[in-house]
Amino acid sequence: MAYNFKETMSKPERLAPGHRMCAGCGGTIAVRNVLRGLHEGDKAVIGNATGCLEVSTFTYPYTAWEDSYIHNAFENAGATMGGVEGAYKALKRKGKLDETYKFITFGGDGGTYDIGFQSLSGAMERNHDMVYVCYDNGAYMNTGIQRSSATPMFADTTTTPVGTESNGKPQNRKDLAAIIAAHDVPYVGQTTFFKNFKDLHIKAEKAIYTPGAAFLNIMAPCPRGWRYNTPDIMEICRLGVETCYWPLFEVVEGKWILNYEPKKKLPIEEFLKPQGRFKHLFKKENEYLIEAFQKEVDRRWEELQFRCSRQ
Amino acid sequence: MAKRERLSGNEAVAIALRQINPDVFPAFPITPSTEIPQYFASFVANGQVDTEFITVESEHSSMSAAIGASAAGARSLTATSSCGLAYMWEELYIAASNRLPLALALVNRALSGPININCDHSDSMGARDAGWIQIYAENNQEAYDNMVQAFRISEHKDVRLPIMICQDGFITSHAVENIELLDDAEVKGFVGEYEPENYLLNPECPMAVGPYSITDFYFEAKRAQAEGTKNVEKVILDIAKEFAELSGREYGLFESYRMEDAERAVVIIGSAAGTTKDAIDRLREKGEKVGLLKIRLYRPFPAEAIAAELKNVKAVAIMDRAEGYSNNGGPLGADVMAALFRARSQAFAVNYIYGLGGRDVRVEDMIGIYDALAQIIEDGDAGETYRYLGIRE
Amino acid sequence: MKTDITKLGVKASWRDLTEGMIVAGAGTSKDFKTGEWSAVKPEFIEENCKQCLFCAPVCPDSCIPVVDGKRGAFDYDHCKGCGICVKACPFDAITMEGVK
Repeated sequence: MAYNFKETMSKPERLAPGHRMCAGCGGTIAVRNVLRGLHEGDKAVIGNATGCLEVSTFTYPYTAWEDSYIHNAFENAGATMGGVEGAYKALKRKGKLDETYKFITFGGDGGTYDIGFQSLSGAMERNHDMVYVCYDNGAYMNTGIQRSSATPMFADTTTTPVGTESNGKPQNRKDLAAIIAAHDVPYVGQTTFFKNFKDLHIKAEKAIYTPGAAFLNIMAPCPRGWRYNTPDIMEICRLGVETCYWPLFEVVEGKWILNYEPKKKLPIEEFLKPQGRFKHLFKKENEYLIEAFQKEVDRRWEELQFRCSRQ
Repeated sequence: MAKRERLSGNEAVAIALRQINPDVFPAFPITPSTEIPQYFASFVANGQVDTEFITVESEHSSMSAAIGASAAGARSLTATSSCGLAYMWEELYIAASNRLPLALALVNRALSGPININCDHSDSMGARDAGWIQIYAENNQEAYDNMVQAFRISEHKDVRLPIMICQDGFITSHAVENIELLDDAEVKGFVGEYEPENYLLNPECPMAVGPYSITDFYFEAKRAQAEGTKNVEKVILDIAKEFAELSGREYGLFESYRMEDAERAVVIIGSAAGTTKDAIDRLREKGEKVGLLKIRLYRPFPAEAIAAELKNVKAVAIMDRAEGYSNNGGPLGADVMAALFRARSQAFAVNYIYGLGGRDVRVEDMIGIYDALAQIIEDGDAGETYRYLGIRE
Repeated sequence: MKTDITKLGVKASWRDLTEGMIVAGAGTSKDFKTGEWSAVKPEFIEENCKQCLFCAPVCPDSCIPVVDGKRGAFDYDHCKGCGICVKACPFDAITMEGVK
């Protein structure tokens, strides 16, 4: 499938405007562009864990979705879509349905890494023919920027506030893409908003049209939680990729593939500096924290390169 | 043609489900309901049903998947007991508020802690205000018959609410009894095809379900939901009538046993009704005017019909197989007493907690209850209205 | 049958609500004008536009329609004025007060 940016952008919009996400939200940028992976003519059922995206895109009676949509609860988007997909199989088998449907579920990192993790793990292991998309903004933004297991180390959140005895979140973030890859699902992709979105669009289409369970992890910055200048989202994402904080990779049938290698890996300060949540790291006495952050980024990048080097 | 068999309650319900051939059955095992999905898995393995059987990783997910499947337009159900039901708690409310028809085969078991695998009703009583229809069985025949009627009630356009078909753990679920089964074709014809109005997989029109509701709508949404429950009694009676024509077995909102001239009555749910009937037969032989009201439909609660049935009794013992921790009796006690009060009943009413964690209830125990009611009438005073049956002091 | 959401204003009776709070149909949020959230909006300088479409995927509010490979006018009924498109444009074809 040769990629054509103009054709992809000319597809009908499947997320309508009028939703109530904040101005500049990364979540809906992720959603709109994932839905561009659907082939025209194919129908879809969209699932959603509770979170910003849910309360803002289906505020009764206003749905922003151009496809069928189900929100059930916070912690069960995987299982809920498993049931929808099960219904599809059963109705097909009984000759009650002719149309082709695809199944895509969205959750924030709270609904995906944390409270919905069991439900997600179960759905992936059972290999339902569905895509689970995490729009990862690295904290519980809907409830007011509390830390999650996706929050990077040292981030200043409302439950890991910086103080005299605290440098922000003490722990490293969970590597969820690797954990889902360990479920041996046919497709896992990690991406973000980069250049002309080719990486995201291609991964979305692959995830949607790979038979069986697929997982996409998309870094989707939150201007409020990360405290950067709202119009700069593309620059923030670029720095995430170029510092190797957020590498672009995929795992296809167990094979790890690196999709982008920076010509010159940028120091992590470049990614941290524009974000208010890391402001405290730039005090003179906190240089060692940035060094520790850099060390962790390097360790993970080397590990990823190693995984991708194996044939 | 009816077929006589000897089956446990779990097997009887599983056979009803095979005959119904639902679209989606997500399941997670928990004692004593485990056999239901186990039997069903063998039906799937042997091609006797074409159901999508989803072996989920928890009860929370079995209910979540059942909700997803039902919203998608499939006839769906699951089965559970005890902590499994407690784990589904949040989802029970969502299923009801979404007005999704689906069924839950519940095998009643005590809630933890301490952990105990035997029968009481603390699991389903905890879910009594979730907006589900709850129907209880005395024996395996009733469990089977209720399961056959479940989807007709739940899917009825005036109702569209989830339904819980309850039977007593081990006492009913595992004890083998004589039972009369309907033909597969009879069940198929009775249950019919599921034809949802709005559903996710409707190619003609997409649907969004599970909105965020601002305060302006939430209250009205809850009122609208209550309208469905208000229609349940009539629908249950209509379906029961149709079922009686098919099977010859009659069902109502409750069963009255020797209530015609009863002065003393017991109100009870589930298998202990059988024990109570034996006690009544013995006492009736001695000329005592005793009777039983066995609840079939507990949610929504048919308060007016129950109060009318108890109109002439002088004393009533309401039996709760669940502790309520309200210091004011168990849930059934509170419901029946409220019904009697509103009907301006002058009867003495006492509430017994009994049979927790599978504690046996014997005929002698129930005779003792009727004796206690006689004493109350003689004293002209109910005395302690919150009592325990058979507790070691 | 599609839900007529014009009957579902905040003064609607409980009898008027859809059963189970479902909405049959799609995209009804278009009736909710989030454009009112901000007075400051991006401006499209068409003569500078090379139709590279870099502005189209970055809009969180689906306010830059693309038809047959060409972008159209901003949907000001819904644009919240976040300014992301201004930064995404390599050709100075989008400007907005306060965004450089």
